[in-house]
Amino acid sequence: MENTDIEQRIKKIVAEQLGVNEADVKNESSFVNDLGADSLDTVELVMALEEEFECEIPDEQAEKINTVQEAIDYVNQHTSH
Amino acid sequence: MSKRRVVVTGLGIVSPVGNNVSDAWQNIVSGKSGITRITRFDASAFSSQIAGEVKNFEITDYLSAKEARRMDIFIHYGMAAAIQAIKDAAIEDLTKLDPERIGVNIGSGIGGLPMIENTDIAYHASGPRKISPFFIPSTIINMISGNLSIMFGYKGPNLAIVTACTTSTHTIGSSARMIEYGDADIMVCGGAESCVTPLAIGGFSAARALSVRNDDPASASRPWDKGRDGFVLSEGAGIIVLEEFEHAKRRDAKIYAELIGFGMSADANHMTAPCEDGEGAARCMTNALRVAEINSDEVDHVNAHGTSTPLGDIAETIAIKRCFGDHAKKLAINSTKSMTGHLLGAAGGIEAIFSILALYHQIVPPTINLFDPDPECDLDYVPNTARDLKINVAISNSFGFGGTNGTLAFRKI
Repeated sequence: MENTDIEQRIKKIVAEQLGVNEADVKNESSFVNDLGADSLDTVELVMALEEEFECEIPDEQAEKINTVQEAIDYVNQHTSH
Repeated sequence: MSKRRVVVTGLGIVSPVGNNVSDAWQNIVSGKSGITRITRFDASAFSSQIAGEVKNFEITDYLSAKEARRMDIFIHYGMAAAIQAIKDAAIEDLTKLDPERIGVNIGSGIGGLPMIENTDIAYHASGPRKISPFFIPSTIINMISGNLSIMFGYKGPNLAIVTACTTSTHTIGSSARMIEYGDADIMVCGGAESCVTPLAIGGFSAARALSVRNDDPASASRPWDKGRDGFVLSEGAGIIVLEEFEHAKRRDAKIYAELIGFGMSADANHMTAPCEDGEGAARCMTNALRVAEINSDEVDHVNAHGTSTPLGDIAETIAIKRCFGDHAKKLAINSTKSMTGHLLGAAGGIEAIFSILALYHQIVPPTINLFDPDPECDLDYVPNTARDLKINVAISNSFGFGGTNGTLAFRKI
């Protein structure tokens, strides 16, 4: 699977979960600072990523995923896509 | 010091007979049933397969998709009906209102059962990590009150009452008390319910409470009819805005009616069955009339609890006779549940609205499906056709599991 495909899937999920336009979801966007997420949103976002990529993201790892790029990197490194 | 007077300045409805006040009222006056076969889930294994479902409702007309996802359906209905009522009362703009003097008191009988059931299924299938962080705030009952205060900035009393099928009547009556006592000048109050789910249908069925007239849903809710066989479970929300009279006059608000009385009582009798001698319900109505400082013969119209259960309809008839004596025969009594079914915790909300509109329009909606009256139910139930009537005072009854009773009294203004 291409990395750009992963990127697009993640951006789509982020846009849907956080109720923002997909065009506003940049790689460098921070969920909390740029996209208006609160602490509950970020938990739910991680659940949605787990669902999409059929993986389990441990809490201590999830805490380090604060931007779109960090989510992309995590999925690239930890899943078979 | 005389009591502060309380009036109604806003109304909002989501129901099986319409998702706004004007549609719902029109359908109620013309005697249309909102009951159909259950579409929400496959009910073929259940003894009761009919319900009053809300139809063609779009929550995104009221909330963003993201907000809506964090709320179970009963909150959607409550938010939608409350937003209608708030707009109707023109209290969304806080520049000329004191937000600390506006409160919210909206309850539910059961709350977020659909999401509780679905989350339980996900947990059993895939473990605790499948439980959403929004599971609790999207299912607990006070979250309509909470979300509305956040959305509109209302900083007054914020609470929810849970008393089964008397929920809304208690939230409305207690909200009036808060205005009388000076805790608030405006209260948004009522109830919402949505539990057309396997466990709710199964649970009420097991208690032998539901109609099983599955082959003819529109005639299944038939209060006081000989052929009645239980209530029909329904969903929706009924929300009203109450306001201190002088406050409403000062800002030139539209006033629908005055809330003049609120009575409460307990049967202290049985978990689910009413007192067969109507004692608890009669005492509740008497309490409302005493608070309203009116004589029983000043009441013209009763929106009855009238759920279409064999015992309940007789008990309420007896209770009305106990409270009103000879005047009972002169009352125009209806059960709008004949058309809406039983909205449980939201029932008192929509029925308060129908009582208020009966006063406002001077029309009593009918009790439909009253084909063959039970001889033990021998009062004037306004059968099958609406009636133009001079109405000065209307009361609305609600009785709930646990033997909890509530009565509201409204007067034309």
